[in-house]
Amino acid sequence: MSATVTETSAPRWLGLWPAAMLMLFFLVPFAIMLAVSVAHRDQSGFYEWGFELDSYARFMSGFFAKVMAVSLSVSLSAAAICVAIAFPFTVFLAQMSNRTQTLVLVVLLSVLALSEVIIGFALSTLLSQTAGIGNLFHWLGLIAEPQAYTPSLFALITGLCYIGFPFAVLVLYPPVSRLDPEIVEAARVMGASGPRAFFGVIVPSLRGAIVGAFILVFVFTLGSYLLPQLLGRSEDWTLSVHITDQAVYQSNLPFAAAMSIFLMLVALALVGLASLAGRDRGAAA
Amino acid sequence: MSKALKLTYILIVLALLVLPLVVVAAVSLNGPQTLRFPPVEPSLHWYARLFTDSEWLVPLRHSLTIALCAAALAVAIALPLALYVWERRGVAVQLLTGMGLAPFALPPVISALGFMIFWMTVGGYGQIWATIISHGIFLVTLPLVTISLGLRGIDRSLIESARVMGANRWAVMRTVILPLLLPYIVSGYAFAFVLSLNEYIIAYMVAGFTVETLPVKIFNALRYGYTPILAVVSVLFVVMSALIFGLIGRFGNLPRLMGAERSQRD
Repeated sequence: MSATVTETSAPRWLGLWPAAMLMLFFLVPFAIMLAVSVAHRDQSGFYEWGFELDSYARFMSGFFAKVMAVSLSVSLSAAAICVAIAFPFTVFLAQMSNRTQTLVLVVLLSVLALSEVIIGFALSTLLSQTAGIGNLFHWLGLIAEPQAYTPSLFALITGLCYIGFPFAVLVLYPPVSRLDPEIVEAARVMGASGPRAFFGVIVPSLRGAIVGAFILVFVFTLGSYLLPQLLGRSEDWTLSVHITDQAVYQSNLPFAAAMSIFLMLVALALVGLASLAGRDRGAAA
Repeated sequence: MSKALKLTYILIVLALLVLPLVVVAAVSLNGPQTLRFPPVEPSLHWYARLFTDSEWLVPLRHSLTIALCAAALAVAIALPLALYVWERRGVAVQLLTGMGLAPFALPPVISALGFMIFWMTVGGYGQIWATIISHGIFLVTLPLVTISLGLRGIDRSLIESARVMGANRWAVMRTVILPLLLPYIVSGYAFAFVLSLNEYIIAYMVAGFTVETLPVKIFNALRYGYTPILAVVSVLFVVMSALIFGLIGRFGNLPRLMGAERSQRD
C-alpha cells in the first residue's frame, strides 16, 4: 500500500454499524451463554442467575468422558479418511483446465451446501434394506438376504466423510493451487517418477497445509449434529447432539451452556493450531 | 501418473459423492408410499403434492423468506465491514474481522445455543425475525470473504485517477468501487442464501417449534417414517444448490473465489 494515500476510500463511521450488529448479536449471546453456564439449574426448565460450577463439575463424570471419547474418535477417523482421499484429489484438480475445475467446484459446493438432514436421509436410503447397496450385493450373490447397513458406526463415519470431503478439498484448494508447478517439473526432469515426485516433493512442501486441513475437517465433523442421530446408534451420539438434547429435551440449559463453552474452547484451540500449521509452510520453504 | 488416470480418480470420487443423490432422485419417483430402488409404478405425483400440500408449502415459504432476508442482512453487515477494514490496520480492525469470521469457524451448535439463550432472555424466541437475524449474523462470513477478495483485486490506480479527476469519496465509491464489487456482492449473497436454506440447527433451536423451515420439517417427518415426498424435497434442494453455484461458476471466476491465486491455464 503506497504511503501517499492520505484518504481511505471508506469513511470511519462505516465500521460502526457492523461493529454494533456483531457485538449485539454475537458477543452478547456469548456473554449470556457464559453466564448461564454458571447459573443454577431450576427444575422447571429454566435457570436462576448465580455463580456455581456444578455444570462444569459434571465433566468429571464417566458419562461425559464416554461422550468425549466417542466424539473425538469418530471425528478423527472421518478427518483422516477425508484428507487421505482429498489431498490427491485436490492436487490433480489443480492441474486440470479452468473449465474442469469450475465444474468440479460446482459439484463440491452443491454437496457441501446440502443440509445434513438431506445427506442423512440420502445415505440412510442408500444403506437401507429396500433401496440400497444391500440389494446390489444380494443381486450379485455376495450375501444371502438384502441387508440394512444403518444405523451403525460404519454408516455414521461414511456420513461424516461425505460432508467432510468437499470441505477438505476446499480447504486444501488455495495452498495446493498456489504450489509452483515448476518444482514438480524440476523433480521430474531430474528423473523422479510420478509417485516419487508426489510423495517426495508435493507432500513435503504442503505438509503444513495438510495438517491444517486435517484439523479443520476434524472441527467441522465435530460440529455435525444430525448425522449421529440419523445414521448412528444412540451410543454413537456426539457432544453436539448431547448439547442440543440437554438444552431442548432435558431442559438443562446450564449444563448445555457449559458443554458448549467447552466445545468452543476445544475448537478455538484446534483452529489456532491449524493456522499455525498453515503458516509454518512459508517458513520452511 | 498420466492425465487420464488423474481424471479417472477425480471422476470416481465424484461418482461416489453423487451416488446417494441419484438413488434419492430415483426413489422420489415411486408411485406408492415406499422407498424402493429401482422405483415401482413410477409417477410424479409426489412432486405435485409438495406444491399443493400446505403441510409442505408453509415450511417452504418460511425457508425462502428466511433465506432471502438473512442473506440480505449478511451482505448489509459484511459490505461495510469489508470496506472499513480494507485500507486500515490495528486492533479494532483485527477484532472486527475476527468477529466476522468466528461464527462460521466454530461448530454451529455453539452459535445455535448462544442464539437460543439470547432470544429467550431478550424475547423473540420462536419468532421468524429472530431466525432471520440469527442466520444473518451466522452467515456474515461468506459475503465478507467474497467481498474482501473483490476488494483485494481492485487496481489502486483506478481510484487514484478518479480522485485526480476531482471525484470525491462518495463519487469514487459509487462509480468505481461498488460497480467493481458487484459480482462479489452477488456471489456472497448467493452463498449465504443457499446455506441459510439448508441450515438446520440454528433454525431449530431459535424457532423450531413455531416456525418450521424445510430442513426442520424433513427431520420431523423422518421420525414418522420415510416417504417419497422427502426424496422430492431433497431433489429440489440439490437442484437449487447446483443451479446457483452453476450460475456463479458460469458468470464468475469460481476457482478464484475459492482461493486459487496462480494464473489459470485453459
